[in-house]
Amino acid sequence: MISIEGLTKVFDENTAVDNLELEIRSGEVFGFLGPNGAGKTTTLRMLSSLIKPTSGTAQVAGYRLGEDDQALRRNVGILTEAPGLYDRLSAERNLAFFAYLYDVNDVDGSVERYLKLLGLWERRSEPVGTFSRGMRQKLAIARSMLHEPPVLFLDEPTTGLDPEASRLVREFIEGLRGQGRTIVLNTHNLDEADRLCDRIAVLNTQLLAIDTPAALRREVFGRKVVFHVSELQPEYEATVAKFPFVDAVEAVDAKLVVTLDDPETQNPALVAALVNAGAKVQFVGEIRKSLEDVYLHLVSNDEEELERGDAT
Amino acid sequence: MNRFYQIVRKEWAEVFKNRFVLGTVAFLPLMAALLPLGILYFVSSSPDITNDLEEIPSSFMALCNDLTGTECMQYFLISQFILLFMIIPLAIPITIASYSIIGEKTTRTLEPLLATPITTAELLGGKSAAAVIPGVVATWLAYMVLVIGTALMGVGSGVMDSLLDPFWLMAVFVVGPLLALTGVSVAVMVSSRVTDPRSAEQISMLVFLPVLLIFVAQMAGLILLNTQLVLVMAVVLVILDAVLLTAAVRLFQRETILTRWK
Repeated sequence: MISIEGLTKVFDENTAVDNLELEIRSGEVFGFLGPNGAGKTTTLRMLSSLIKPTSGTAQVAGYRLGEDDQALRRNVGILTEAPGLYDRLSAERNLAFFAYLYDVNDVDGSVERYLKLLGLWERRSEPVGTFSRGMRQKLAIARSMLHEPPVLFLDEPTTGLDPEASRLVREFIEGLRGQGRTIVLNTHNLDEADRLCDRIAVLNTQLLAIDTPAALRREVFGRKVVFHVSELQPEYEATVAKFPFVDAVEAVDAKLVVTLDDPETQNPALVAALVNAGAKVQFVGEIRKSLEDVYLHLVSNDEEELERGDAT
Repeated sequence: MNRFYQIVRKEWAEVFKNRFVLGTVAFLPLMAALLPLGILYFVSSSPDITNDLEEIPSSFMALCNDLTGTECMQYFLISQFILLFMIIPLAIPITIASYSIIGEKTTRTLEPLLATPITTAELLGGKSAAAVIPGVVATWLAYMVLVIGTALMGVGSGVMDSLLDPFWLMAVFVVGPLLALTGVSVAVMVSSRVTDPRSAEQISMLVFLPVLLIFVAQMAGLILLNTQLVLVMAVVLVILDAVLLTAAVRLFQRETILTRWK
């Protein structure tokens, strides 16, 4: 659905996005993670043909950037960082205005549908200036979807919202999954990315990593399994370490922490070996690294590398 | 065409909820109609007005042919005020247009707007039309109020004829709207370059200078607006407006406005 080929954006002498290459599949919820200034918003702006790339190109919903930008914009919905609504106009008038700009066939029907879907129908005639931040954000999401675009870009959809409004927005996005729409999400909220995204790209001007949240955890930290054993003996560590698939073993307190690739198939052999060695295995569990750990690891490694590069 | 019309509708829905803009649209034309009517009333009821005829430039006196002294004075005063009807269509649209692009940027509505399939020509065309039409219509209505009020006051037929003289009608109904378009094109260009509405309005108001010069020159008797001069102004303005509108569309850099403005 989205194919990005060497996309680069340079502002004056600042490289905002550097040679980005990736594919986003149809129907996927895809997340861009990265620190401030990592190029996430610039990437979305390029993909929705709001700004031109310095080099490289992309194909979005079947349209190549710079070739038929009007058609591309018609097939893309974007929730910008700020809701960007007309405060003096009513919610209904705000949506109708954009529906006409997007050439929506049944403007009234579409506006009604989304206002009802997002719980704003009762307040449709009120000026948007009187709305809470959460309501404005919901209205902005409705605006981005009025023309039923196959590709939806959401830039920081829950930033600045209170927990309840964030939850509502997240649930709405979750509800969009399975409708065949491709959703690209820029977020700082790692928990949100973990819960919503099928795949994640960690960006810091360049692409640092791309995969499913689970795979990213595995790639960065491996999978760690903890064996709680009563009366831990030193030989248990050696018993486990002799297996070729074990990457590392560490005795911590009364536990063995084992790094391996595939706990689901490899754990039974380890449990059997420990029991044979006389260990009383109490229980086995996996240490789950959070996406935040993965993100911080990737970004801090990248920044260290940059500093080293600068020093040399 | 639909998007153009939608922009106009949205602009009006927004702009006319702004009391300052609404006040400008209503106040200026009203003053332009009521002020000359008040002066005409004063002149009509003043017995010794003919003593002031020597104040009228000689070039203008030549136009008074068959008019009485009072009528000549009334005609002279009316002529000065008709010039206002060329200035007002310039002032109102500049006020509206200065707020339009910058307003979109400061309320952060420009990015979602530019993300739609709207073309720059549709966007700027819609915004320009939304700014020009209220100013022009308000001016025309005010001119009609002036004509009707003058007729009701029972002034001489010579003065009425001068008010309905084709060259004045052309000045009000053709040159006025063309000047409005000039003002708006400049305001749109300026407002896509500066970052606050006040600067946009102040810089755009520079367009007034040439028109004010004509106003002052006519009052001083240095020039006399006539059919030929009004025709020349109309032709020059048509060309100027075409150039300015094209330039406004070309100079509207979506990317620069989105990424450089803070």
